[in-house]
Amino acid sequence: MSSYLLALRPLEFFFAQYRRVWRGTAVTSVVTPVVYLLALGVGLGVFVDRSADLADGISYLEFVAPGLMAATAMQLATFESSWPVLSAIKWDRQYHAMLATPLRVGDVLLGHQTFVAARLLMTSTVYLVVITAFGAVDSPLGILAIPVTVLVGLSFSTSIAAWAAHTENEVSFVAIFRFVILPMFLFSGTFFPISSLPAPLEAIAYLTPLWHGVTLCRSLTLGDVELWSGLLHLGYLLACVTVGLALARMTYRRRLVL
Amino acid sequence: MAGQNGQPLIQARGLVKRFGELTAVDAIDFDLQRGEAFGFLGPNGAGKTSTMRMIGCVSPVTEGTLRVFGLDPARDGVKIRGRLGVVPQQDTLDMELTVRENIVIYGRYFGLPRRELGARADELLEFVELTERANDKVEPLSGGMKRRLTIARSLVNDPEVMLLDEPTTGLDPQARHVVWDRLYRLKRQGVTLVLTTHYMDEAEQLCDRLVVMDKGKIVAEGSPRELIERYSTREVVELRFDDSRPDDFGYWTDGLVTRVEALPDRVLLYTDDGDAASHGLHERGLVPESVLVRRSTLEDVFLHLTGRSLIE
Repeated sequence: MSSYLLALRPLEFFFAQYRRVWRGTAVTSVVTPVVYLLALGVGLGVFVDRSADLADGISYLEFVAPGLMAATAMQLATFESSWPVLSAIKWDRQYHAMLATPLRVGDVLLGHQTFVAARLLMTSTVYLVVITAFGAVDSPLGILAIPVTVLVGLSFSTSIAAWAAHTENEVSFVAIFRFVILPMFLFSGTFFPISSLPAPLEAIAYLTPLWHGVTLCRSLTLGDVELWSGLLHLGYLLACVTVGLALARMTYRRRLVL
Repeated sequence: MAGQNGQPLIQARGLVKRFGELTAVDAIDFDLQRGEAFGFLGPNGAGKTSTMRMIGCVSPVTEGTLRVFGLDPARDGVKIRGRLGVVPQQDTLDMELTVRENIVIYGRYFGLPRRELGARADELLEFVELTERANDKVEPLSGGMKRRLTIARSLVNDPEVMLLDEPTTGLDPQARHVVWDRLYRLKRQGVTLVLTTHYMDEAEQLCDRLVVMDKGKIVAEGSPRELIERYSTREVVELRFDDSRPDDFGYWTDGLVTRVEALPDRVLLYTDDGDAASHGLHERGLVPESVLVRRSTLEDVFLHLTGRSLIE
């Protein structure tokens, strides 16, 4: 039995759990982009388009929509790998049930992250459909924004899962949302180019996986992606996922193998 | 094939488990044969759970050797766990899934095909008398029902060995008897049972053979009967006093009993004839508040071996 197949076995559990809430999340995944696009793309966009001059005459809607798609994936992924991971270790203890069976720590981790990836895939697909309906996608290359968005999510969820397996206390999740995720949401190029930031903050923004994701998604939906910079962004995201998985493997092991 | 032809199914030699400075399991040896019900008896912190977790291949061995089905847990954990049924001390059921889903999904962890699992789940729910609750969520079930579900779930892969870590701790007496009954039936079907307990009655009811653990070490081994014969007497006289408890029991009991154990709340007299001993005391003029003559139990064995009660 290859280890890849073992890692798929926990998926069934996460989907069974998800079945209980899927209606709510399905509505949310449609409503969220609609509301954001109406408020920011259409509402705020009218003012922005009147006063500012975005490159190549693109509208603010076209600018902000792909950014929102990536930023939303970040939030979903962070949530899915924080409370659920700690719960599976500490409160509901499902990981312990899995580990009593042939599954190994690596299978449990990969299985959970595969589920997060599946959730990201569903949400991103809906998001792309909605922003396309709003007329914010100019190129067929835009469809590649879906896998990129999944990667953006995973670059967060793997590290967050690593933290969740390390911490004793869910209070830290609230702090992460407030002091890491929210600032990234606001200042990583989703709503305005990071060149508008003061130089030190701009330098920090370059390091965030979200900026790379937002920039790549935007160049795909606008259809002006350049091969080398595109590969650079992709490589950065893949590196984040790899490092996150390595960290998570370490903290999972430390927490679960006693 | 290991585990047959008289080869032990599970074998430990010099088995050690350390957590930092703490030595939880201190160089223990044991052999477990196929088909027997084997118990680890001891107080909390004796090293029972650590031993079970090493057998269950979820906790690495610090030192010594452990073989399960003749395989090494460090190398063949996946294979070994596939042949075990584990009932952990703390339930790991999913509260929001239904009773039936809990079994089916657990079966999927073993790679069992979905179409087989439906029938298997129904069969197991019948075995633990939860058929009527099959489509209910787990959350509202009683403690005893949850335990039975955990047992049913652990049987989904048709295990050769069941590892039961304190299977009835926290259950009311009636629920405990139902669990014991199911375990007894499994034993009769030839499933090897390995259990930990700090209940003497549980060990006496279920175990063919047991080891008594204290502070990480095995202090005695044998069948419940053998242990009682070896470390205790046939009967025990329990004396309780109000405030006039005498200090010198040696004087009062001299020649009447085999051994005296003076506990804070009562005095235990070990003898093969409890009635004769209590009668003798009465003749010598010692009048306790209450006198109880009972059969010796594993509790007495434990007290004798360690000088402490099993449940403080």
